[in-house]
Amino acid sequence: MDYITIDSKCVPIEGEKNVLSLIRKAGIDLPTFCYHSELSVYGACRMCVVEDDRGRIFASCSEQPRPGMVIYTNTKKIQRYRKLIIELLLSSHCRDCTVCHKNGMCELQSLAYRVGVHAVRFPDNRRKKPLDMSSPSIVRDPNKCILCGDCVRTCDEIQGVGAIDFAHRGARMEVTPAFDRKLSETDCVGCGQCASVCPTAAISIRTNVTQVWNAIYDKNVRVVAQVAPAVRLAVGDHFGIPKGENSFGKLVEALRIMGFDEVYDTNFAADLTVMEEAEEFLDRLSKGEKLPLFTSCCPGWVRFCEKKYPEFAANISTCRSPQGMFSAVIKEYCAEKDREDGRRTVVVSIMPCTAKKGEILRPDNFTDGRQDTDFVLTTVEMIRMIKQVGIQFEKLGGEAADMPFSIASGGGAIFGVTGGVTEAVLRRLSAEKNYKALDAIRFTGVRGEDGIREAVVTLGEREVRIAVVHGLANAGRLLTAIKSGEKSYDFVEVMACRRGCIMGGGQPAQAGPRTRKGRMEGIYKVDAASNIRFPDENPAVKQLCEGLLAGKRHKLLHRAFTDGGAGKTGGGV
Amino acid sequence: MLEQSYYEKTDEIIAGHGTKKESLIPVIQDIQAQFHYLPPELLGYVAGKLGIGEAKAYSVATFYENFSFEPKGKYIIRVCDGTACHVRRSTAILERLREELGLDAERHTTEDMLFTLETVSCLGACGLAPALTVNDKVYPAMTPESVSELINNLAQDRPAAERTENT
Repeated sequence: MDYITIDSKCVPIEGEKNVLSLIRKAGIDLPTFCYHSELSVYGACRMCVVEDDRGRIFASCSEQPRPGMVIYTNTKKIQRYRKLIIELLLSSHCRDCTVCHKNGMCELQSLAYRVGVHAVRFPDNRRKKPLDMSSPSIVRDPNKCILCGDCVRTCDEIQGVGAIDFAHRGARMEVTPAFDRKLSETDCVGCGQCASVCPTAAISIRTNVTQVWNAIYDKNVRVVAQVAPAVRLAVGDHFGIPKGENSFGKLVEALRIMGFDEVYDTNFAADLTVMEEAEEFLDRLSKGEKLPLFTSCCPGWVRFCEKKYPEFAANISTCRSPQGMFSAVIKEYCAEKDREDGRRTVVVSIMPCTAKKGEILRPDNFTDGRQDTDFVLTTVEMIRMIKQVGIQFEKLGGEAADMPFSIASGGGAIFGVTGGVTEAVLRRLSAEKNYKALDAIRFTGVRGEDGIREAVVTLGEREVRIAVVHGLANAGRLLTAIKSGEKSYDFVEVMACRRGCIMGGGQPAQAGPRTRKGRMEGIYKVDAASNIRFPDENPAVKQLCEGLLAGKRHKLLHRAFTDGGAGKTGGGV
Repeated sequence: MLEQSYYEKTDEIIAGHGTKKESLIPVIQDIQAQFHYLPPELLGYVAGKLGIGEAKAYSVATFYENFSFEPKGKYIIRVCDGTACHVRRSTAILERLREELGLDAERHTTEDMLFTLETVSCLGACGLAPALTVNDKVYPAMTPESVSELINNLAQDRPAAERTENT
């Protein structure tokens, strides 16, 4: 077998595309800023430089392994280089670490410490640039950018959006939208994947923590939380809980300690979404119109479609997302209580998603002109709040959420992973409601990690063609294929983020293969452990539809098209 | 908003190069040659036609010093600040020009749209240092006095004194 020698250790080459992968396989965690296994190799940050036996220095991320190579990862020369690179990066980086919200999670900060930079000899003589606060989801701080280009490649290669890119060159180089525009004036969909890969706080999530605390401390306000399916698998990441373990109970308990009045499970609303969406699908299928039906749960996708492929906007389901439906239901449910105790209800949704912050501002998600969800907190903001209070999260025993909105099926639980919405809808449509039917649906091809997956199921007499897509660049490819007539489907599920909400822009970042696998397995475990697997067997949903929702289903559960059609209902990023 | 004729001309230029990503640079070069600058509206338009993101097109256009999003003056003066010109005091020439034209490091074009003043890293005419060009004509061995005279002549639309045959 071919091998290379890394620091006197023989490492076999097993199809690795670059030397860096081999070094990491050998157990050495070489630092990188610009290398991400799912993006193209850029080779800009030079942190992964190594030296070979001839004294040649090169970036290991962009070097193909050749049999017999001898490389060293930690020579005197390399140490000096790496330290100097960090020092130079710091020389043009603002140094307000203690008040930076990336403090403690910043890769530049931790690498500076790791390579032993204790002073920066160079003054920072750049002119300070203004922050871009135009998006409800994302904040850009150009002063903290180290030009690694991770955001640029993510936005372009994974999401197919291309809202930002490098501009100018040399010392004037910066990452910016075209013509220095604000993010809100670009095609940005607010998915937050750029923030997930940003090693510093140059791109970060717009935070609503202060507003939520203010609501909690206000005696006249009833603060109601809803917790999305994917949050429970990631919120424990910062508390030493194994990756992908379900921390829902602990989170409910933490929310109560913090002072939330009522805590509900968004999985319940996912069941509700399945019911509505399945009905809409059957309706369109029988009429043969506006097919394929595109799912509407993902606000990043909805925005992407409206901006880049407006001709398909009418195909998007009119259903609100689970968040949107749930907040409308909660507001309706609390209206009577509000009248009784004279308090005002504020709905805070805890989401793995940054685009949700924009979704709640869209007028088509309002009920009678009222904004239903008041604030969206991402998983990362939730973690910060838990830490602020000093709750020892890992030691919590766990509590159940409040009735009547805490019973959920496993079908609702898997909304947080790519293919989950489709699987849940198929469970709803399945004539048989037993474990054999569950297995049959599971193996239709809807599960998996491929960017575009296809399945064909038989519904009565008819064959239904399904596609499941994640990553907006893949969605773009699929739409192009549908447009050209090359492909044809009846039902298409789209998630903006790769692998679905479990890897959303609001989840704790620096999530490698182990985390991805853990979260994916974790969400299916939640499903498998559910007493109810079929969304249509959820008794709480039935009760709600017959009770509170009677006569109001369309108003509360669907998007309102007041100005004549989909695609025109703008709203924030 | 640009006049329709700009878009028509751009369509023509794109047709000449083909609607592929690689056409971006030749297309915007031709647009600049046509209009003496690259109207920002047209960059977005071209990017859309070629299937490139606007931010990517902006990235390319700002990488090259040659592209300008601002309309340029009738006379484009490029002062060479390469090594040879620099040691022969091109800075004094640049300063005099800025003074005469009321321009600075930020503002490159006079309000009457007559002059645009730029620096270039090397014109490749080191033997003629310090040199500058007005549009495509080279003026060698300049002094602060001679540039004042040159500006004067150009402003009065008098053909500049023939000083060189080296272009």
